[in-house]
Amino acid sequence: MSAASFRRWATGAYLVVFFGYLFLPLGIMAAATFNSSRFPTVTPWTGFTLGWFSALWADQRMWQALGTSLLVGAGVIAVAVPLGLAAALLLDRLHSRARTFLYAVMVSPLLTPGVIVGISTLVFWRQWFGVTGGLFLTIVAQSSFIAAYAMLLFLARLQRFDQTLEEAALDLGATHGQVFRRITLPYLTPAILSAAFLAFLQSFENYNTTLFVRGLDTTLTVYIASKVRTGLTPAVNALSLILIALTVLGAVTYEILRRREERRRQEPAQE
Amino acid sequence: MTEVLRRYGPVLTGLILLAVAVWLLLLVILPQLLMVDFSFRPSLPPSKLGGPEDVYTVKNYATLWTNQIHLAIFLKTIWASSLVTAVTLVVCYPVAFYLAQVAPRRRLPTLMLMLVIPFWINELLRTFAWYIILAFNGPLNTLLVGLGIFSEPQRLLGGDAGVIVGMVYVYILFMVFPIMNAMESLDRNQIEAARDLGAGWVRIHRRVVVPHAKPGIAVGCIMTFMLAAGSYAVPALLGGPQSRWFTEVIYNWFFEGGNWNQGAAYAFILLVLCIGFILLMMRLFRVGLTDIAK
Repeated sequence: MSAASFRRWATGAYLVVFFGYLFLPLGIMAAATFNSSRFPTVTPWTGFTLGWFSALWADQRMWQALGTSLLVGAGVIAVAVPLGLAAALLLDRLHSRARTFLYAVMVSPLLTPGVIVGISTLVFWRQWFGVTGGLFLTIVAQSSFIAAYAMLLFLARLQRFDQTLEEAALDLGATHGQVFRRITLPYLTPAILSAAFLAFLQSFENYNTTLFVRGLDTTLTVYIASKVRTGLTPAVNALSLILIALTVLGAVTYEILRRREERRRQEPAQE
Repeated sequence: MTEVLRRYGPVLTGLILLAVAVWLLLLVILPQLLMVDFSFRPSLPPSKLGGPEDVYTVKNYATLWTNQIHLAIFLKTIWASSLVTAVTLVVCYPVAFYLAQVAPRRRLPTLMLMLVIPFWINELLRTFAWYIILAFNGPLNTLLVGLGIFSEPQRLLGGDAGVIVGMVYVYILFMVFPIMNAMESLDRNQIEAARDLGAGWVRIHRRVVVPHAKPGIAVGCIMTFMLAAGSYAVPALLGGPQSRWFTEVIYNWFFEGGNWNQGAAYAFILLVLCIGFILLMMRLFRVGLTDIAK
């Protein structure tokens, strides 16, 4: 075997192992859903069953936690997306040291461990406003860093924005409100949708921050963690499998839309 | 600022500034400052707040040095997170290089999708997958006993090893993407040129690829270390009382010890650790803050 073909073979083998490593654990977790064993496992295989899905369906506390998660997710979309949008609109028009400084402060929550975001929110709102953990604080704490993700999405789209459109509209006598409603906002609509989607996903799966600010409320992710530690049955796998299926569906849809958008952007350049 | 006003008009500008102020002040800066302030105060019952005992103190910070168990956990969190970071870097480097420089164009979309999908899946669920794998009667023990490596099943959950293995799995994608993005902008001709001039693979990577990918490597290491050191989910699920993580100690101060001031001090120490790691990476890879915060 020549050196080049050996290298190609080794690269291929490495990739197979790497992707196997990424997917095999998820496959094992999914497979355990269909094993009738009382504890989620694939060894030993005690028989095929769909019973854990009905066990999950009958779990009242799971539904309650799902409701909480949906509520928090909606709240985070309502708070984080407008905040991220405002921040991006501001940054887009600043060209100075102020921009660098503001940008650094805005992305800093992404470099802060999630537990610290939760703790600082918890302490601050109790000391200043007497607010204790619960739905409200969960939304506030999650939004403080999810707004940064939204901001980055908006900023990326604004960078490709043809500002002369706004100039022209203003010159033709449109008010600032009209320009924003008729030109800027429609242009940003795809980014608003993806920001909302990402915000919801981030909120839904958040654990580290939520744990500190949730008070007595339980989101679905917190619920899963508590089930793993106490009272674990393959019903948790059934729930995980459903969530993973939804995530994969979401990820694929998002990627397809993103790539279509990218192609559309590249086409005029090729003409 | 005048540019902002000219573009959006007074009403919209006012709303934008209000929103940004609310976010940065109320949600980011003030909570952090108050947490630090809080960490330098003693834990007092409400009746004594503002009284003669309510003075600044470093007592909460001294606790970490006097409590040997907490100190050991803190140091363990540092080395274990560093280990997680190093392992993910070694594993990811070839993958990132392949995807950025070697992979044929037509295969890229599929490969990227295969990377993106696990990245999107809930961290907790990916941890849970390892809980099943590492279980006493789980597939890994069955496999190792079957292969004759173990003579009987071992306890794989509840120790530091299980936590580290889980963290490598859960945070690995935060290492792949930044390195890959940095390597993508490297002109393939540079690698060709180096090879034509007689450089071997090791030298090409050391002199051409790594220097170019430095900002990406730095970002990947920072993200991975920060996520590992600040992780609660992975040690909570895969660890046990014998393998506590620093975040678990912090959690206990808040919700079991009932001493928030003490917890805030530990949280600030964790934050300082992460900032220190960022500075270390910037020094080590000689990259600026602007390279990192891209």
